[in-house]
Parts: sequence; structure tokens; C-alpha cells
Amino acid sequence: MSLVELKHVTKNYQMGEMSVRALKNIEIEIDEQSFVSFVGPSGSGKTTLLNLIGCLDKPSSGEVFVNGKQVNNFSNKESALFRGQHLGFIFQNFNLLPVLSAYENVEYPLIMVQNIPAKKRKERIMHYLEAVGMADQKDKYPSQLSGGQKQRVAVSRALVTDPKLVLADEPTANLDHVSAFKVIELMRQMQHDFKTTFIFSTHDPKIVKEAEIIYTLEDGEIVDKEIATL
Amino acid sequence: MKNIFKIAIRNLLRYKRRTLMTSLLIIFGVVLVIVFSGVSVSFKSMMIGSITDSMLGHLQIHKKGYVSSIDNLPLHLNIDEKGIKQLDKIFEKHSDVIEAYSYRIKFGAMLSNFMETTNIRLTAVQPQMENAACPRLVERILGKVQDPGKFIEQGKIIIPENLSKGLKLKPGDEIVLVANNKDGSVNGLTLTVSHIIEGLLGPSGRDGFIHIDDAKILLRIYDNEINEVAIRLKNPDKLGSVNMILADELSQFKNQQNNPVFELHTWADLSPFATIASIVDLLIITVKIVLIAIVLISILNIMMMSVYERVSEIGTISAIGTLPSKVLWLFMAEGFSLGIISTIIGNVIGVLALLLINIANIHFSFGRMKNILLEISISSSELISVSLIVIIIAVISSLQPALKASKMKPVDALRHI
Repeated sequence: MSLVELKHVTKNYQMGEMSVRALKNIEIEIDEQSFVSFVGPSGSGKTTLLNLIGCLDKPSSGEVFVNGKQVNNFSNKESALFRGQHLGFIFQNFNLLPVLSAYENVEYPLIMVQNIPAKKRKERIMHYLEAVGMADQKDKYPSQLSGGQKQRVAVSRALVTDPKLVLADEPTANLDHVSAFKVIELMRQMQHDFKTTFIFSTHDPKIVKEAEIIYTLEDGEIVDKEIATL
Repeated sequence: MKNIFKIAIRNLLRYKRRTLMTSLLIIFGVVLVIVFSGVSVSFKSMMIGSITDSMLGHLQIHKKGYVSSIDNLPLHLNIDEKGIKQLDKIFEKHSDVIEAYSYRIKFGAMLSNFMETTNIRLTAVQPQMENAACPRLVERILGKVQDPGKFIEQGKIIIPENLSKGLKLKPGDEIVLVANNKDGSVNGLTLTVSHIIEGLLGPSGRDGFIHIDDAKILLRIYDNEINEVAIRLKNPDKLGSVNMILADELSQFKNQQNNPVFELHTWADLSPFATIASIVDLLIITVKIVLIAIVLISILNIMMMSVYERVSEIGTISAIGTLPSKVLWLFMAEGFSLGIISTIIGNVIGVLALLLINIANIHFSFGRMKNILLEISISSSELISVSLIVIIIAVISSLQPALKASKMKPVDALRHI
């Protein structure tokens, strides 16, 4: 059974009196433990597609299924609960909370979202911080970390809730080449180690090559699906 | 909840200067209210205490119609022997709330020092009863009073300070009192000045005092008659309820025309200071409204800025699954923390300021009362009320920005740069 399934999904945005079609009749099925990439130029609909899968937005028409649940009819609260339980997010700008240390940023979803007991929480946080190689930097605040380090913490935060699916919107866009590859390698390793599905968007052709399945988008349509031979 | 407050405090510290400025503004408001309330309430309580404890008592009973003509000090509206017995029974029945009472005869007379003559208002009292009902009366008497329970003896008179100066009278001097009796005839009585008494604000604040038995001789009152009863309560804070109880008790006594025999008044009905006390209360309310405005505007402002500056962060925490209700609490906790920290510091500084004012030994004059030492205190209930105002207003003013944050769509918030 597919982890993610989109059926006839379209998304329109209202720009004043004009309606702009961001996604047109999208049909996708993504299996568990995949490492998938959406590629395409700016405005092709990559972020919109990730937002729909991530229950951050609702389609204008069509159906979105994630982990067997139809998520496009969820209320705001149901969406938030679903995201907290089943999804992880990695952002282009890292989006770490500046007032919290690396450790506390990873801890945040466990306290505020999943309400995990303190002892179990500590074990889990250290496990994931070690997995991304940031255990020794755990007490540093985001302002004291480099871009690559921040994104490692963000990966750790996305994985700490044991999500089925991690969505990453341009996770390497704000990183230099070396750091970008390290982050993608890390994501790949996490996918392998924790059996997590990763879907990320990028417009960097070198990064794209790291994905197992590559969907190419243009003007809101999937124009190509490529399965890499690794 | 602990973590919500941890994040709230850190977010406040993130913009140190802005938080400090807002906090200082709230602290200033709290200190202003505490100092103003402390000084004005202490002044008011002192004045009320002075008026009730040394002159009026907390409540007064007269024959119906007496107070409306009190300026004439009429003698035809006296309470007779029967009325006094009725009052005695009521006072005995309510001895749990009534500490003491004093029967008085108030009248006007002419006072002569054998060279000059002037008019004088007199309060004739039984000294032991009067001292129990108005224990601070003796404090107004200039010079030493050997036994407060016998502050006025038969054959003596205590004259007000203004008359002693005008007529150049001093203790030991003889004077003559001439007064109209109830039946219209005139009688005179020679008395010796025993003490001089300082004046006080309001009616009877410049009265002289004689023994009630001398008054009966002068006024040719042969039965047991009085025209005023001053009542001292055990707990002045229960004035309202005791007033209602006594009014109820007194209402059962009717004359032949079925009209009430007695009338009951609180000190506030009889003293012009009640108006000043009301103005003081109004000023305190005004200062509290200023405090509310300070807290409301400053916290609303800082929280609005906070929300606008952290739209992307709100998007992040919402995206990772934080429920809208928790986003609301995160921002409410910031306003609450700012309010509670500022109010604690404001309370400490305010109380210290009051202590400093007390150490400074400030004296003031009010009307004819000179060199009064201002002893300031503030009740814990007032401190709690000020603190609650700040905290409640802080929470209320955080509500709108917090609601705005909690209602943000994560997809829109994440797009915000």
C-alpha cells in the first residue's frame, strides 16, 4: 500500500480577480521507505505539492491520502494532530527556534506535540542528535551554529517523533555544495536507518541525482517520473 | 506548562531593551498606584479615625428632625427618659458589635470672660462614657489630662482653642455661661476653664465641653434628657451592616402620628470630610484606570510586535504539529510573565517607597488640624488588588495578539519572510 497517494489533485490560488492554477490534475503514489525528489523551476508547484502532502494546505479539488488517511478534509486541529504524529518537516531556512538550544529544538516536538515523558525524551533526543553528529553541539543556540549544523539539527528534529514521512522543501538551498551533499547523505542514511520516507524538493540537478524517484514538475504538472538505478 | 513559560521568558529576554522599557512602564504604574493609594488611603483613614474617634463616633442617634436643624442646636428635640431606656436595651442587645456609646446634650450658649462675650457651641457629656465612645478626644486636649475617664469635671469647662485665643482665656480662668433654657428663660453658670481643646474639621469640631450635670443645671433639665448619642463600633469596617441593624431596631419606635421617633446617621452623613473621602476614592480609581491603560497599551503593543516579528516561527511550530491552543498559550504566557514580573518588582519598589516616606516623618496640616504626622501603610488586600489588575489586564491585552498567532495558517506563516 502506498504511503502517499494523490488523486486528480488541483490547486488554484486566487490572485485578486484572477485564478492561478498552481497544480493540475496531479496523480502520485509514493511507497513507504522511498527517497523521492520533486524537481522543477521556481513556480512549477513543488512547494505547493509538498504543502498538500504535509497537510499544511488543502487542494481545490481531488483527494490526498497519507498513511491510509484522507487528509484533504481534515480540520485545522486534525491536520495539526496528524502532522505532529506522522510527519516531519525540514525547511529551506532551517527554521530552528532561536531561543532554544539545539537539544531543546529537538526536544520541542516531543514536549509540545507528543508529550513524551522526560526520561524517554532524553534518550530519544540524544539518539537522533548522535545520529546526525550533533550530540557534542547540543547546548549551542542556532546563532552559534553553521548552516549545515543547523540543518542537521533540523533533520534531527524532524525525525525525533518517529514520523512515517519527512517532507523537506529545498533543504539544501541555503547551504554550500559540501554541506548540501552532507545533508542529503544524512537524509539518505536516516531513510535507511529508520525506515523513513523522505520527499524533498530541489532545483539543484546534482542533488536530484541522489533521489530514488524523481518527479519533474513544470507549470503545475508532473511531466516526468524517473526511477534511478542505484 | 513549565516549558511554555520557559519559552515565554526566553522570548521576552530575546528583545531585552523592549521588554525592559515595557516592564519599567508597568513598574512605574504599579509604584504610582501603591504610593498614591498608600498615602491617600492612610490620610483618609487617619482623618476619618480622627473625626470618629475624637468627635462624632461611628454612628449617631438623635430624635427625628434634630439633624436637619442641628445648626440651631435645638433643645425641644431631646430624647427623654423613656427613649434613653429604649436605646439602652438596643445597645445591650447588640453589645457584640457596639463597643461604647455616649449620651450628650448639645446646646449653644454665650460665654463671657467678664469683659467680652461671645457665642459658643457646647457638648455636655458624662466623661467616662464619652472617653469610651471617643477615646481620642483627650488627645485633642492641650496639656496633660490626668485621668482620661474624668477629662471634664463638674464646675469645669474645656474651651476651644480659637475662643481661648480670642478671649485670652487660659486654664484656671473663670467664665460665665449664659444659655436659653427649653422653656425660653435664660440661666447662667460660672465655670472654671480646665483645658483648651484644639479644633477639628466639621460640625462640633470646635465645640467646648462641660459635664452633663452642669448642662442640666444651666438648662434647667430636671429629668434624664439628652439630644445626641455617639456610638463607637467594635469593628468600624462593619459600619454598613450595623447601621442597617440599628436602623431596623429603631424603626419600631413610632410616635403618636406613627412617625419614627429616632433618626440614625453614620459619621459620613454628618461630616463634610465624607465628600473629601469620596474624592480621594475617586482619585484612587482614576490612578488605577491610568495603570490599566499603561498595562493594556504597553503589553498589547509589545505582543503585537512580537507576533508580527515571529510569523515565520509561528508557521514552523504550527507545521511541526503544535496545536493552535498551544500557540495561543505560548503568547498568553509571554504577556502574563511580563505582567507578573513587573507587578512583583513594582510591589517591592512601591512598598519600599512607602517605607522611605514613613522614615522621612512627613508632617502636614489639614484645616485647623496642624502638624499631623503622616503614617502611611497599605493593606495587603490593596497590594493584591493592584497585582490582580496588572495580571488580568496583561492577560487580556495578550489575548488579541495570541489569538491572531493561533489562527495563522501554517502555510501562509511559513511563506512570511
